[in-house]
Amino acid sequence: MSVKERKDLQEVTIRFAGDSGDGMQLTGTQFTNTSAVFGNDISTLPDFPAEIRAPAGSLPGVSGFQLNFSSRDIRTPGDEPNVLVAMNPAALRVNLADLEQGGILIVNSDAFNANNLKKAGYANNPIEDGSLSGYRFFSLPITSLNANALTETKLTKKEIDRCKNFFALGILYWLYDRPMKVTLDWIESRFKKNPELVKANTLSLKAGYYYGETTELFTTHYRVDKAKLAPGKYRNITGNEATAIGFVTASQLAGRPLFYASYPITPASDILHELSKHQNFGVKSFQAEDEIAAMGAAIGASFSGYLGLTGTSGPGLCLKSEALNLAVMTELPVVVVDVQRGGPSTGLPTKTEQADLLQAMFGRNSESPLAIIAPSTPGDCFAMAIEAWRIAVKYMTPVLYLSDGYLANGSEPWRIPKVEDLPKIEVKFRTEVEGFYPYLRDEKTLARPWAIPGTPGLEHRIGGLEKQDITGNVSYDPENHDHMVRLRAEKIARIANDIPEVEVLGEKEGEVLVVGWGGTYGAITAAVEECRSKRNLPVSSIHLRYLNPFPKNLGDILGRFEKVLIPELNLGQLALLIRGKFLVPARSFTKVKGKPFKISEIIDKIEETLEK
Amino acid sequence: MSTTIAPTPLTRKDFESDQEVRWCPGCGDYSILAQTQKVLPELNVPREKFVFVSGIGCSSRFPYYVNTYGFHSIHGRAPAIATGVKASRPDLFVWVVTGDGDGLSIGGNHLVHCMRRNVDLKIILFNNRIYGLTKGQYSPTSEFGKKTKSTPMGSIDYPVNPIHLAIAAEATFVARSFDIDTKHMQETLVRAAKHKGTAFVEVFQNCNIFNDGAFKGFTDKDVRDDRVIYVEHGKPLVYGKNRDKGLRLNGTNLEVVTLGNGISESDLLVYNEEDPSPVMSYLVSALEFPHFPVPVGVFRNISKPTYDELMAGQIQKSIEISGQGNLEKLLNAGDTWTVE
Repeated sequence: MSVKERKDLQEVTIRFAGDSGDGMQLTGTQFTNTSAVFGNDISTLPDFPAEIRAPAGSLPGVSGFQLNFSSRDIRTPGDEPNVLVAMNPAALRVNLADLEQGGILIVNSDAFNANNLKKAGYANNPIEDGSLSGYRFFSLPITSLNANALTETKLTKKEIDRCKNFFALGILYWLYDRPMKVTLDWIESRFKKNPELVKANTLSLKAGYYYGETTELFTTHYRVDKAKLAPGKYRNITGNEATAIGFVTASQLAGRPLFYASYPITPASDILHELSKHQNFGVKSFQAEDEIAAMGAAIGASFSGYLGLTGTSGPGLCLKSEALNLAVMTELPVVVVDVQRGGPSTGLPTKTEQADLLQAMFGRNSESPLAIIAPSTPGDCFAMAIEAWRIAVKYMTPVLYLSDGYLANGSEPWRIPKVEDLPKIEVKFRTEVEGFYPYLRDEKTLARPWAIPGTPGLEHRIGGLEKQDITGNVSYDPENHDHMVRLRAEKIARIANDIPEVEVLGEKEGEVLVVGWGGTYGAITAAVEECRSKRNLPVSSIHLRYLNPFPKNLGDILGRFEKVLIPELNLGQLALLIRGKFLVPARSFTKVKGKPFKISEIIDKIEETLEK
Repeated sequence: MSTTIAPTPLTRKDFESDQEVRWCPGCGDYSILAQTQKVLPELNVPREKFVFVSGIGCSSRFPYYVNTYGFHSIHGRAPAIATGVKASRPDLFVWVVTGDGDGLSIGGNHLVHCMRRNVDLKIILFNNRIYGLTKGQYSPTSEFGKKTKSTPMGSIDYPVNPIHLAIAAEATFVARSFDIDTKHMQETLVRAAKHKGTAFVEVFQNCNIFNDGAFKGFTDKDVRDDRVIYVEHGKPLVYGKNRDKGLRLNGTNLEVVTLGNGISESDLLVYNEEDPSPVMSYLVSALEFPHFPVPVGVFRNISKPTYDELMAGQIQKSIEISGQGNLEKLLNAGDTWTVE
């Protein structure tokens, strides 16, 4: 065995790609967890089809998982993979264009048979026709190597072949000098009821690792050192996980149990799954018959003093609109999660987009103000889930929480907060009978009292009809209606006094200000940092996590820059709001491909904006 | 020494709100409101524990007039909102007030699913076989061929039988009454209130503006005895002014027979509301005027665990198994690492 060279790298982006049944999401997740526990900074981008098992070997059936791991602070899953692992011809065809020139390309040559080549639309076998010479190309018979390694197990051929992703993972673990422990522990606990599968998967992983070590093909392997993250205890977390445990935390901080009503929908269902695990926190999880019922049940729970919560994606939000408006009218604290996906209609269920902002703002009949917030990173989902509830109960209002598919499924290292550092959420139920009126408001917040059933003497009726100010009785009086419409708007506007002002990255005034919101934070911030540090460009940025109301200082900041550039994964929805509200000639930079921004795309746009 | 003062019993007056009732004079809704207000004090439940949830339509104004907690919600969604109330707070006594349009048309889905789940709700469906609040279009219970503003040549959809729907959805308590038999309605509401699980009560209710006389043909006092049959548990199906008519099983159908001439009560079908099989309740509730007497009463009354108690039970069980949730542990779950 020859001694192989080891090179240090700062940052690597790997993409695993294969058939949707090849276990690529699992492979990617394992590499991610291993790298996170090792101490790298990480960012991930799972990309999978909406079909559970599209026809084997077909182009639409390709599933991918990209991850960026680094010894420095990173903000995105990487623009271009440095490494592509393609388990079949279709995966190669779909992903090759993204691989950097000269990048490492590993393919499972066993899968490159006539049938699979035809399904992927290859006239010639790319392994043999020289078309891959621009890459550091490794054609490895992964299926047969794996099968040879598992001859002594009692598994069927089919079961053996299902372990081949771990063989591939083993090769990558050797190539990037990763410890195997995290995955070995995972195998042990995942298959504890089936020792034969523990044995087989362990063998596959180790066989792949030692294959990398011994084969003459690889002359070098690489090391990406630990990142210098802020001190603390970390875990790897996806946006949906952070959202769900953020809600459980909010419920604990408020001392009120959570009622999660939801109808299964991609990409929000993982929140339902996660919350359903936490019944011992008193979380009541209700899988409703439809989106409308989920919204309705959440409202019923909030009326009764629970934290009534519902989660969905765009098509579900459409269905919830009418009931959400009932929560606006009855001024009850409910939180609605919208994990945005490509649309319109069913659209691209598993792909990301941020095109529900205007629906969140205006997608209900009449004047219907509510609070809108948007987390900026997977980890930030935790903080914003707590923030959603703080606002909802303090202002007695529905809060719309706009996540997206990229945040939901993507992951990053998350510094675990200390419980004692988390803010308490104050919940006040009205109990005093004297002077009680259902719509008598708090002078400062304009919130009405939360008087829950079971409280003697506070029996009252609420509903969707217009309310008389203070008494809450049904009223058709024109003056009263005008007054109430303005009151509801004013209540939401006052939340601006109670949220952090927006902070500028870079100079507080100058030539170009880039304004982002939600899940584009990573790409925008990385682009602006690079423009400033490496290219010395006069550009600053701000990122909005509060969309309604906007932070108080937003107008002032916008006015301090010559040009405002707003990158969004839609056709300019925030730009429309900002132009309308602040009369600034904001320039819109839009992309709707179901994929997040690349850092380079934003850098190019910043440079173009500076020129024109 | 302290003395315990028993709480003053509640009266009908305690359940009247300060809001002026705004149904049309002569509407059947007044009677349902009055019977409910009479029944509520008898249940020995503190007033603050009641919640009335309604949808949209004439009937759905009901909560405004009852001095309990109330929620006048949106069209068709009352069962969903009430499910949220009851599932979160099993200590509350939750009623749903709906109509034939609200409950069977726009809200049909929610009605079916809340009955299927056996959420402990008391549902009163006011059936006037017309859309009243939108001024007179045909409803899902209107008879075939009904001429209304939206169906000038007559409706061409077949009506739904609300009792059949409730039985098919496996509601555990299913009953029917009508607005002008106040005593029967009170008895039915009391039984519904005392049932544990979804109790579905259809009430025939006259809309004297848009569908006047829809039930007159069999509910009027002078014809009622011969055209309405009061279904009672454990009793043969007898009716008629002289109690001389009954329903007998012939094959898989029911037939009207006259008692005497060799036919006695022992030949008649004896009603069993507790039958786990839905067959008898379906067969009897299918009877319609004029070929048969119209059945009212309790069609089905069975017992099974309710959704809300099962949900609370799982929470309890989960705490027993895993211990009360610990936030520190939740946040620190999974693979973690420390950066110095």
